[in-house]
Amino acid sequence: MRRHIAVVGSALLVALLAGCAGAGSGGPQQGTSATTKPEAPTCGTDPVVLNAHFETGFDLPFKLSEEFTKQYPKVTWDIKQDQFQNLISATPRLLSGDNPPDLIRLPTMVSLVKDGLLKNLDGYAAGFGWDTWPAAQLAQNRVAADGTRGSGSLYAMGLNSSLTGVFYNKQLAAQVGMTQPPATLAEFDALLAAAKAKGTLPVMVWNASASGGGLAFPLQQLMAAYGPTQPINDWIFQKPGATIDTPSNRTAAEHLQRWIKAGYFPTDANAIQYTDANARFRGGEGLFMFNGDWENANYDKGMAGKVGFFLFPPKDAGASVAAMSSPLTYGIGAKAKNAGCAAFFFNWVATNEQARKINVAVGGSNPGGPASLAIPPAAAGSVTGETLAAGAKVAAANGAMDFIANSTGSIFAKGWTPELQKMVGNKQDAAGLLSTVQAEYKRELEQGS
Amino acid sequence: MTADRVIRRTPLRRGVRRRALIGWLFVAPALLMYTVFVLQPLGLTIQYSLYRWNGVGPATWVGLSNYLTVLRDPDLVGSILNSFKLVLFFSIVPVSLALVTASVIHRVATGRLGGLTRTVLFLPQVIPLVAAGIIWGWLLSLPGLINQALTAVGLGGVTRAWLGDFDTALPAVGLIGIWVLLGFCTVLLLAGMTKIDPALYESARLDGANWLREFLSVTLPSLRYEIGVCLTVTVVAALAAFDIVYVSTGGGPGNSTAVPGIQIYILTFLERQVGLASALAVILMLLVLAVILPIQRLNREDRS
Repeated sequence: MRRHIAVVGSALLVALLAGCAGAGSGGPQQGTSATTKPEAPTCGTDPVVLNAHFETGFDLPFKLSEEFTKQYPKVTWDIKQDQFQNLISATPRLLSGDNPPDLIRLPTMVSLVKDGLLKNLDGYAAGFGWDTWPAAQLAQNRVAADGTRGSGSLYAMGLNSSLTGVFYNKQLAAQVGMTQPPATLAEFDALLAAAKAKGTLPVMVWNASASGGGLAFPLQQLMAAYGPTQPINDWIFQKPGATIDTPSNRTAAEHLQRWIKAGYFPTDANAIQYTDANARFRGGEGLFMFNGDWENANYDKGMAGKVGFFLFPPKDAGASVAAMSSPLTYGIGAKAKNAGCAAFFFNWVATNEQARKINVAVGGSNPGGPASLAIPPAAAGSVTGETLAAGAKVAAANGAMDFIANSTGSIFAKGWTPELQKMVGNKQDAAGLLSTVQAEYKRELEQGS
Repeated sequence: MTADRVIRRTPLRRGVRRRALIGWLFVAPALLMYTVFVLQPLGLTIQYSLYRWNGVGPATWVGLSNYLTVLRDPDLVGSILNSFKLVLFFSIVPVSLALVTASVIHRVATGRLGGLTRTVLFLPQVIPLVAAGIIWGWLLSLPGLINQALTAVGLGGVTRAWLGDFDTALPAVGLIGIWVLLGFCTVLLLAGMTKIDPALYESARLDGANWLREFLSVTLPSLRYEIGVCLTVTVVAALAAFDIVYVSTGGGPGNSTAVPGIQIYILTFLERQVGLASALAVILMLLVLAVILPIQRLNREDRS
């Protein structure tokens, strides 16, 4: 053992001496700049194998790829799948590698765009007419030259657009006398208090580190109830000078802390993982749960007919509604071999009738696409029907926000999650939560290359 | 004369050279693997630590500033402190408990019972740590088996989400570490005990030594080498911990169980600060060496 360490020691020295060469090879590859003339490619008539990386655990892209091959038999798929967490770590290497994917599920995209790893889709957007779709659909996938998100060139497309809000257990709701979804924040508060008084857990939530702090969902909803959504989006899109530590957000964070202190969340929230929280909610624990429509299929299966959905109510009756809503983002590698075919697939997903039906039935979300196309109906009595109707309301109110956990690469892991956990553990207050997260945001932006 | 000398010496030199060559041939596969999978990554890590680099784009030389950043960041320093707290649970407790367990097995359960106990204690070594972490996560959760057991014996008042509570998360992770490492130490120490000459115990007993005297004067000194190995392996496991922590708590709640391994992961894959992550990794390696080398020296002096 001692000799082993001596060897390591001398190796250290050698490595120190040798470690003078530059790290990393080559500068950033230039992304294909905005294509000059609009193109609407097809997959051609020769056999094509699309090289795709999908996220494990979500059926939608797999079902869509099957249907695509049924309609275009020349196109087959080489699909690799991985957990989202692993994809996050592998994406830069996959995109810069020898066999860059034609289609890949993207976690965050700004740094990938800066490194020139993603194909600029402006040419395809013009060619296929994506520019004429409701602008909000594509905004989150645009990156400007200064690295801010929300405007600029298009670098990714959403296979659909997910929506978050409040799911509720209809049986428990009846017990607390909830006959219709709350119209104001005060009504929502009253329902929480009523549930607590009856001995029912008001809100099921996950807040363990491995899943990320789920309390960020109610927090952001409260932010949007107390203030406008634009400053929140600006902060997420890294607009210069944006801050999350605003007076209305402090009021929102104080409101969340009151909920925590009132015992509206499970006492073991900090140890609850995402899947456990959903299992417990499906099992009847918790009147409400803040979550997104990607869980529709599981809720409809696990608590069929007993689950409902409503948008988080505004502070004042009749005020506009807001919700986190973000695209299920997929991108094309800058050096992908079949970029044109991948772009054709994006267009097909949003416009083909069969693809849109699969999107609603399997994905549970709004398939997006041109405003002229009707959204395929969801199965009668399913919660998907409720989330689709709610999505239309959010679109009408222009109330869509991205998620505050997506502002920087590790703002969730190093900012929101630990600080929200401290709030649950009574070690952090509203002001401290926001100022700490803002400081972390600033640090990451300064240190980010 | 010259020719004569050449003729006489060449076969000898050729023989030596050939033996050396054969020696190198035997070493070559291991050396190659060691170079490719240990030395090269080590060298690269040190190299990266001197650059600001996101893993893909161009790298900028920053000298030692990554090291300064690590030492100034309270979260990163806090994770290093946490890993030293884990040494208590991963190293001190398992080695002490293993000494007791091994001597009990050695004295009392020599037959089939001893074999069974050894197997049961050693089992955690065979189970993948990720699976173990998940199962412990269930056991230690609020509705989990451990709290059910506590409630059953009338200790309902102390039940909590052990991995989600700021005061108990680190000890709870430590408990998993004890479970994993106890069997390894016990088996190693037990093997050492069977090597001790029974005549030593006999003469100690003739001199009127009780079991404690025997343990302190015969067993313990004879096991110095094994204890050294146990301490080395377990201290490294504590300081370089990742899998158990990542699966059971992910570093939470707050940063109460964050260890350097977790921070390195976050820095590399979420923040894409490969340089900063490498600097933390190098500091971690130096800390491990700083702790391990004295243990090794003690071990060597004890043996001489």
